[in-house]
Amino acid sequence: MKIELRDPNTIMKLSRLGSFHQSRLSFLRSFLDEFKDWEYKKDLFDLDDCGYGTAIYSFKKKDRVYSLVCFANKINDKERSDRVIATKWDAAFTLYDGVPSKKDVERLRNEVPRQEVGRLSYKELTLSRANKSVRVFNHVVESLSKGNQPDLELLKKVGYLYRTTAVYGSGKFGLADRFRIKNREEINGPFRLEMMLVYLVRQFTFDQVNHVAKFKNPKTAVSLDLEICKKLGIGNSTGLGMAPFIVNHPTLLNNWIMSREIALKKIREIKKVNTNDAELFKKSVKNSIKNITNWNTESEYQLKKITSLLDNVKTFLSFLDKEFSFDNDYPFNQIYLWLEKETCDECIEYIVSIMMEPFDDIIKPLVSKMSSEEDQYFNIPTNRTIEDLRNIIEKRYPDILKINFDKKENNQNFWFISKNKEEPRYADRFEEDGSELEQPLAIARDIKKLYDQLIVSKNSLTIDKFLIENSNLRHVVRRAFIIEKFPYAEIQDNTIGKKVVPIDMLRLKLSFFGALKFDPRSDKWLRICMFQGAPLSHELKNYDQQWVYNS
Amino acid sequence: MRSLSEIETTSKRASKAAGFSWGIAEEVGKSIRLLELFGLTGIKSLNEYYKSRSNKKFENLNLINENNNSDKFPFCPITLGISFLDQVRNLEKFNKITFNKISYPLLILPFLSRSSEIIGKKIYFKFDQYEFLLNLNVNISSNLFNQDFPISTNIAEINILENKDNFSDQEWDSLYKLSEETFVKETDSLKQGAAGAGLTDND
Repeated sequence: MKIELRDPNTIMKLSRLGSFHQSRLSFLRSFLDEFKDWEYKKDLFDLDDCGYGTAIYSFKKKDRVYSLVCFANKINDKERSDRVIATKWDAAFTLYDGVPSKKDVERLRNEVPRQEVGRLSYKELTLSRANKSVRVFNHVVESLSKGNQPDLELLKKVGYLYRTTAVYGSGKFGLADRFRIKNREEINGPFRLEMMLVYLVRQFTFDQVNHVAKFKNPKTAVSLDLEICKKLGIGNSTGLGMAPFIVNHPTLLNNWIMSREIALKKIREIKKVNTNDAELFKKSVKNSIKNITNWNTESEYQLKKITSLLDNVKTFLSFLDKEFSFDNDYPFNQIYLWLEKETCDECIEYIVSIMMEPFDDIIKPLVSKMSSEEDQYFNIPTNRTIEDLRNIIEKRYPDILKINFDKKENNQNFWFISKNKEEPRYADRFEEDGSELEQPLAIARDIKKLYDQLIVSKNSLTIDKFLIENSNLRHVVRRAFIIEKFPYAEIQDNTIGKKVVPIDMLRLKLSFFGALKFDPRSDKWLRICMFQGAPLSHELKNYDQQWVYNS
Repeated sequence: MRSLSEIETTSKRASKAAGFSWGIAEEVGKSIRLLELFGLTGIKSLNEYYKSRSNKKFENLNLINENNNSDKFPFCPITLGISFLDQVRNLEKFNKITFNKISYPLLILPFLSRSSEIIGKKIYFKFDQYEFLLNLNVNISSNLFNQDFPISTNIAEINILENKDNFSDQEWDSLYKLSEETFVKETDSLKQGAAGAGLTDND
């Protein structure tokens, strides 16, 4: 049986993309797979009694070494902020390419804690900072120093000791450009070194909390139980900075979504599913329930989605137990069709993610196809005609062409770069100044403008001639020709409309990172947790692949 | 040291601020990145050119012909470069394309380099005593490295070179003959057994 890939005009709607969940394709899981047989080491741990100082952790294989350099600093409670406007953090990190010399560490000590205003070099690959969850960190220190393990309920509620507030890579602030490392065998998936940084930061947080507790009361202190460590991840506060990324990297977005869609298609096309695979799927769905019931948020928007997800997953499990048999031909296709008919978007995408669990043979080859050589698609094929371009737009943007941008609500917002932090922002163009400096992220509106111009142009006119008079549309002409080859490259929604929920865009990206427990704090930023339940560094060589559900 | 990513982003934003559309600004960002990657002074030239736009006028060359003359003002290198890039397939028919005045000619090099890749042919660019060979966007050869780049040129010419060898048949034959010394002479037995084909191909 041949199953068609799902329609981009359905899947690429923001509400659907904002319902995506982590899966076997997620970058933190493929990072663990890739680095599981690397040698992990704590190379330096030079902290004072209060936990301030320098630490270095590394992954090594043959001649290749990646070193996380950590700087833990004292800051006042008043200085601690997750917002991008902060200038000080509890800890700052960089991933160094190789083994840093003392001179390197001294240089980095001056630059890394300053983050955006510091300067890094081509020897540094990623940069990040993190703040303590003060309530949890202090509680854990207090408990351990007295010889007790911390309150598991509190830990479960928060899920981490530290949360990062940004993770930078790919040439930002002088960091190495991606082209310098992209051909390395171990970098065969997106954001791999960002994931390594976060994973090693997690280990640093455990070592630091143990260290502080020990110095607080050397006679009675105990270490944080390893099983408790495992249940802790690293939090992350994410704002709008991520949203333009997925608009600005269309071929990369396509390759992420396409991999997911190909995986689903191939799984639906399996005629007979063996008992082990069926049981693994069912077990993962059942175990995943606790990830939903432990998903804490005060966001009404998210609470509604979680409630509906929980109801739907329970209904699905009941369907699996009472009405469904894996002896049927094409069982996953039947499951998918049932989900489409009976459940919400959040549940459909949740189960689609879990469907991938048993099928490493399908998933692993797709992981290496999730990067993109974007420059290959940059040149506009100017020898093509207006007719070609019009046909592409009519085929690829059917719903976007129906939007009336003369209506205020469809043209309500604009994206801009803030002068003080050089970060993307989003505002109401009718209430705020600055819309004349709008970033080219209103793709739907500009595609519609392009289309309106195309339908009054001569069919046989070539694009080079069209661009002479229409230079203002050049960015969307380029885009349309990219989308022709990459059907999942475009969000099929209006990203400047009144009803847009920008965190849907963040959620999409974070789901591919492998984040759990999306906790929107407004429509423009959210908190998440990464690596919660993931194997600890000493467990990497042989770990449970379904740790996301089983821990 | 600035990363190429920073160079591209800043050049793009500066180009938008200088009055170009976002689509053109994207092209400029890529081009300056390329110049800096090739070790040429892209940021310096772009910066000087954008500063000069505040008190000087430049001619936009939107449609390139065989001979391109501007009576009053020098050609804007960005518009000229974009036009060349977009129209390169139509320009292949000309043996030589000439321009009488180009401002900041360095800035058109990356557009010529990318054009060379698009048509799969080398492009030769010459002005004054300076020569450049754009080689399918792999590199830029020039006799003007490690010198200050002129900020304008009077007569400039571009040749799109036909694909041909850089060596004579005699030179090739000589080298090929030497390479043959790595081959094994086939005996009858090797002829029969060392290749994959059958004994008859008339089946």
